[in-house]
Order: sequence, then structure tokens, then C-alpha cells
Amino acid sequence: MKQRLSLQLAAPLLALAFALMVSALILLLADYSPADVIRVVVEEGFRRQRMVDTINRAGPYYISAVAVAIGFKMNLFNIGVEGQYKVAALVAAWAGASVAFPAPLHVAFIFMVAALSGAAYAAIPGILKATRGVNEVISSIMLNSIAFGLSSFLLARFMRAPKGKYPGTIGTVPLPGSGRLPSLNGVLATIGIHLPTSSRVQSYVLVAVAIGIIYHVIIWRTRFGFDLRATGSNPEAAQASGVNPKRMIIRAMLFSGAIAGFVGLNNIMTDAGRYTDVSVISGLGFTGIAVALLGRNNPVGIAFAAVLWAFMDALQTPLSTNDLPKQITAILQGVTVMSVVIAYEVVRRIGVRQQAAALRRDDMAGDAPPPSEPSGGPKVVPA
Amino acid sequence: MTAVQKRSAIVEPSLVPKTRQDDPFSRLPRWSRYTIYLVVGVAALSLAREITGAGQLTAVGTFRFALQLSLPIAMAGLGGLWSERAGVVNIGLEGMMVLGTWFGAYGAIAYGPWQGVLLGVAGGAVGGLLHAVATISFGVDHIISGVAINLLGVGLTNFLTTTTTSWGAQTKESPAIPANIPRVDLLPFLKGPLTDLSKQGRFFLSDTARILLAFTTNVSLLVVIGVLLFPFTYYVLWKTRIGLRLRSVGEDPEAADSLGVRVYGVKYLAVSMSGALAGLGGVMLVYLFAEKFQSGQTGGRGFIGLAAMIFGNWRPGGLIMGAGLFGFMDAMQSQVNSTAHALLVVAALLLAAMAVRQLIKKAWRSAGIFAVLGGLSYFWYTQTDELPREFIPYSAHIATLLVLVFAAQRLRMPAADGRIYRRSGR
Repeated sequence: MKQRLSLQLAAPLLALAFALMVSALILLLADYSPADVIRVVVEEGFRRQRMVDTINRAGPYYISAVAVAIGFKMNLFNIGVEGQYKVAALVAAWAGASVAFPAPLHVAFIFMVAALSGAAYAAIPGILKATRGVNEVISSIMLNSIAFGLSSFLLARFMRAPKGKYPGTIGTVPLPGSGRLPSLNGVLATIGIHLPTSSRVQSYVLVAVAIGIIYHVIIWRTRFGFDLRATGSNPEAAQASGVNPKRMIIRAMLFSGAIAGFVGLNNIMTDAGRYTDVSVISGLGFTGIAVALLGRNNPVGIAFAAVLWAFMDALQTPLSTNDLPKQITAILQGVTVMSVVIAYEVVRRIGVRQQAAALRRDDMAGDAPPPSEPSGGPKVVPA
Repeated sequence: MTAVQKRSAIVEPSLVPKTRQDDPFSRLPRWSRYTIYLVVGVAALSLAREITGAGQLTAVGTFRFALQLSLPIAMAGLGGLWSERAGVVNIGLEGMMVLGTWFGAYGAIAYGPWQGVLLGVAGGAVGGLLHAVATISFGVDHIISGVAINLLGVGLTNFLTTTTTSWGAQTKESPAIPANIPRVDLLPFLKGPLTDLSKQGRFFLSDTARILLAFTTNVSLLVVIGVLLFPFTYYVLWKTRIGLRLRSVGEDPEAADSLGVRVYGVKYLAVSMSGALAGLGGVMLVYLFAEKFQSGQTGGRGFIGLAAMIFGNWRPGGLIMGAGLFGFMDAMQSQVNSTAHALLVVAALLLAAMAVRQLIKKAWRSAGIFAVLGGLSYFWYTQTDELPREFIPYSAHIATLLVLVFAAQRLRMPAADGRIYRRSGR
């Protein structure tokens, strides 16, 4: 058992090392020196600005990955996080700008609208799967595309700010100060970390932490979470114990979509303060899948994965200022995902083989006539 | 990969309602059914043109554009068909397509147009091979491997674009390709009569003439190759021994193995072929449209190809219809409002045809639903002056979703699709 645990920890690290080697090889082939890249990473990658950047970027990745992981926990593939957070961000930005509440209530209201709209959009593939047997992957892919049309339709016809009043791109009315998330610089200053005003640690990262705790509590500490995991690991057994699989599909999708609704709020409630076509970046849903895989759907594992991913992203700035190809980080990310999933699979197989071997040994010990030599004798330990 | 072990039945068997009795229409041979679909489709377009006066609906240019837009999607779909018929879900088509665009453009600039095509196809095939190694040899969940390949495809091509010094300082696109694949007239002797007929404005006949003109004149040889790959795929997969083995692997790998089929080998072949086809789709995007590589050029067409294949029930003929629908709607996006508006009449007519189809089947309730939907569509047309533009490019997506909702019980994916197969004793 102990051996398996250490294998499971070693596997992702070995895979990461492999990914670094592949990336170094690609750099060499393209006539760049991996040593230069390493020097830049060591010298500039860990500066304060990069750390702040990493933390801010990790928040959305973490939340997106949790949304995906909820689906994974019961063998649902919510590839539709992409569309869900886009729709949710737009509706939340619009609703948030159309009301006036005191600050904490206003923020809570925006969160609630985002969660509800994300859940509503995620309900479509859930209901289609439960009632019509439509595979959620393919319906979500369609809905991801439709989300683009839907959001630009809603924005252009109903939710855009009055023309002329707010210059620049088409978008919603900016949120008032009460609907924005404060930066954490003040709090950090009280504990002795003084950051310049140009680099702000956004309190959005706390939202991510809260969602991680909610995820842990609901999945591992509630009846719903138990049913969800049971349905995921053995649907027949779960059904026999009284879980309604169709209802579980819909509820899991609603939960996943509600979390997905938070993914895009980062920019809306901080820097940009409004929804525009560019303020909510796309692709976070797919990144979430990769991060969830790296973190093995575990709340802490995902956190490591999200920070790692965000760190790789944050390296792009120092790399490009030093005339090195910043796109190498994307290759590193891709190879990491691929090699980590392969490594996990290899470890799983080794574990299964060891278990089978152990069972065979037990079987032999039980059925076979007592061995001639003392019982410590047969040491058939396969590699 | 305990998380996502049991993937991807498009139709989970336990959730499927009981199928209805077959009707005379479904007993017709497949080719005659497809012919009827085609005739009804053209007739609907033609009638809608007569009703609305939107001549662009069946113009030569519209159809040529639609054909060119359909083909990359169709190639991705064909790639999905090869792979899924052998039991491997390939959501990495998008990434393989991206590889096709980059290597296609690189080959075209460095060596020449045909070399570019070959290099692009090879680039896609390498992506397919990677998917094969991960899913077949290592048993990684198919969708997870596909997601990783999509990440890799985009990352690698962006990296290569910046580091290819011969392409200049551009980081997002290549210079224009110096030479393209030649364009030809396929049936030069018919061009004159067809052109005459197409200008006469006769119901159905002139529209058919325009479609034929669009498909036979000034066609890139790349398009010809793409179209020919459909009969080729049909022949190989359904009429040869290797095709039978490939499909048997997708239905029941254990049984195929016990009969001596080299399951892993066949799967490797199918998935590599799948990548090659997706790569060809990427090459087409480069050659038929921008004439250069652009980052983000594929725009999700790999995913759409997969959807078109499912729309077509894992068959080449159905895939053509699906890809055609996506391509046509894509082409409509660049049309003036009145033409796009006329689509509502097309939809109404097609829904009416569906209602008639259900009546023949004696499925009264479905017939009623289709009739009401058709009526609503026409009512919408009479009450408005334009369609919401934002939705036009996504109408094919909505149609696919509706097909999944209403026809899910009629779709049948390969039985072992998406399943991780390991030879026993390993």
C-alpha cells in the first residue's frame, strides 16, 4: 500500500520531468538554448509581480477545474463549462449593473445570479441526457458554440449599455463600486507584505478557496456527494441502493454548472468591471479540464495543478521580454497533461497487477495443500 | 483514469425508449432514401426562393461557398468516422486539423502546393498516431487524450509560427502561399446548357442547374479529392476485408480478437487515418480560404465535424448531409438579411416534409409536432423582416441538437465506441 502511494506521487513528478525534457528538446530543435529559458525562469519567474500574476490567474483555473471535476466524480464529462461561464458572466454582469445594493449584498447577488445562470445552461445537457439519452459531450459541444451566439444576441438586443454613454466596445453597463471585489493589498500590507498599487492581488482567489471547501464538503461530507460518487463508481449498485440515476445526472450537472458560473466573474468584478466581448477570455473551460485531470479531481490536487498552470502562463511575459519564444509554455502544458494522464494510467495498471498477484498468492495459500517448506517460503513478488 | 472510465455511449441503452415499428419508407434502399432527401431539400430551397424572391438562396456563388465551407468539416467528420468505427472516440480532431493547417502552409511555402498537401496530411496523421499511442497502447481515456492533443496542436503550431524564421516576424500567421492547387471545370461540355438553364428562373430545374454549376465549374482539385474520399471511405469500410475487420473491432474487440483480427494494429491504422483526414481538412482551410496559416483558423471545425458525423449516424451518407447543413449555414452568415430571413421558409417547408414523412409512418403525434413547428416557422417569417443575425452561424448547431433530441433513439453508435480495450493476458 505504501509502495502504491509513493508511486502515485512519483508518477506526476516523473511525467512533469518528462514534459520538461520534451520541451527542452523542442527548444534545441528550434535553435534556442534551454539553459537561457531556465535562467530566465529562475531569475525572473519568481519575482513578486510574477507571483501576483500567478495567484490571480490560478483562481479561474481552479474554479473551472472544480466544475469539471464534479462531473468526473460521477463519470459525466462537463465539457460545456466553456459555454456555461460565458452565459453566466454576461447575465451576472447585466443583472449586477441593474440593481443597487449595499456592497456585501451586491456581491452576493451577482454570485447568485452567476450560479443560477450557469446551472440553468448546464441543465440543458443534463436534462437531455436524463430524458432522451443524449450524450452530454456532444450536446455540450453544440451548446458551447450556441453560447457564443446566445451571448452576443442577448448583449446586442437586451443587455448592452446605452450607446454613446460608455465609449469603447459593446458591453454591459459597468458595475458600481459596491458590486466589485476589492484587492487584497490592504490586507497583505497589515501582515507585512507591501505591494505596489500596480500589482494587485485580487480577492477573487478567496472565492476560489471557498469553492474548493464547498466542493470538498459537498462531495465527501454529504448524502448528495455520497450518492454522486456511488453513481460514478458503480451505477448499478447505486441504483440498487435507491439512488435515482436520472435525477443524479441532472443534479450533478446543475451543481457543476453553478460552479462554472463563477469562472468568468474575475474580470467583471475587478479590472474591467463590465462584460464585453474581450473582458471575459475564452478557453477557461478547456483549461479547467486539463487542470482537473492533473489534480485528479482532488480539491488540493487541483489547487497545485491550477497554480502550476498559472505559473507556466505567467512565465510568458519574462520569456518574451528576453526574446525567447513564450509559446513554449503552451507546449509544456500540453505535454504535461498528456504525459501525466499516461503516467496515472500506468500506475493504475501496476496497482491492479500487484493486487491481482496478491490475490493469486492468497488463493494459493488457501487452496493449495500446505507447502512443504515453512510458510514464509514462496516469495513470488513480480516487479 | 477511474474518473471517466465508462464513457460515451451517445445513447445510453437503458435510457432509450422502445423503437417504433419500421415503415415502408425506412425499408427503401439507402441510396434511394438519400436521393429523396436530396430532391426534397432542393425543392424546398427552390420553393422558398419562389415564395420570398431571395434569389441568393440558390445562387451559384452561395453553393460554391457552401461546398468549400462544408469540405473541411466533412474531412474532420470522415476522420471521426474512421476512428469511431474502430471504437476510438476522437475529440482531438480539432488539434489534428490545426497541425494540418500549419504543416500544409509550411509545405506550400517551402516546397510547393502538392507537397504542402502531403505535409499537412502527414502532420495530421502524426497527431492521430499520438492519439493512438495514448488510447490504444496506454489505455488513456479517449476524450482526455483528445483534449490533450487539442492543447498540444495549438501550442505547437503557435510555437512553430514564431520560431520559423523564414516566415518573418509574424507570430500569428504565415505569409501567403505562393501557389495554389489548380482549379478545373469538371464537365466542360455541360457548362453551356447548364448556364442557359440556370438563368431561366424555372422552378427546381434552374436551381438544380445552379447547384450543378457550382459543383462542377471552377472547382479546386483539392475539393475533388475531398469529395472522392467519401466513396473511397464507403468502399473501404463496407466492401473490403480490412473494412469489415475495422468495423468489427469497433463493435466487439474481444470477438474480433478471438477470430484472429489484430485489434491493436487495426485501431492504429484507423486512428492514424483519422488524423490524416483531419489534417487534410486543415489543409483545405489554408488552400481554399485564407491562402495562409492563421492561428485559430480552424474555429472549432474539428468539433463540428464530429457533430456532423453523429448527425449522420456514423455513416458517410449521413455525414455528407450533416456537413452540408453546417457549410450551408456558414455560407448564409455572409448573406444579406433578406436571404437569411428566407431560411425560415426553407425550415418551414422542410418541417412540413418531415410532418408528411411522419404521417406515412402513422406517427400522428410526431407529425403534429412537426406540422406545428413548421407553421410557427412560417408565422415567424411573416411577422419579422430579419433573422437574429447572431444565431445564423449557429443554426446548424441548434439543428444538430434537435436531431439528437428527436432522433437519439434512431442513432446507433459502434457498440464498443470509446471503450478502452486491452488484450487479455497483458
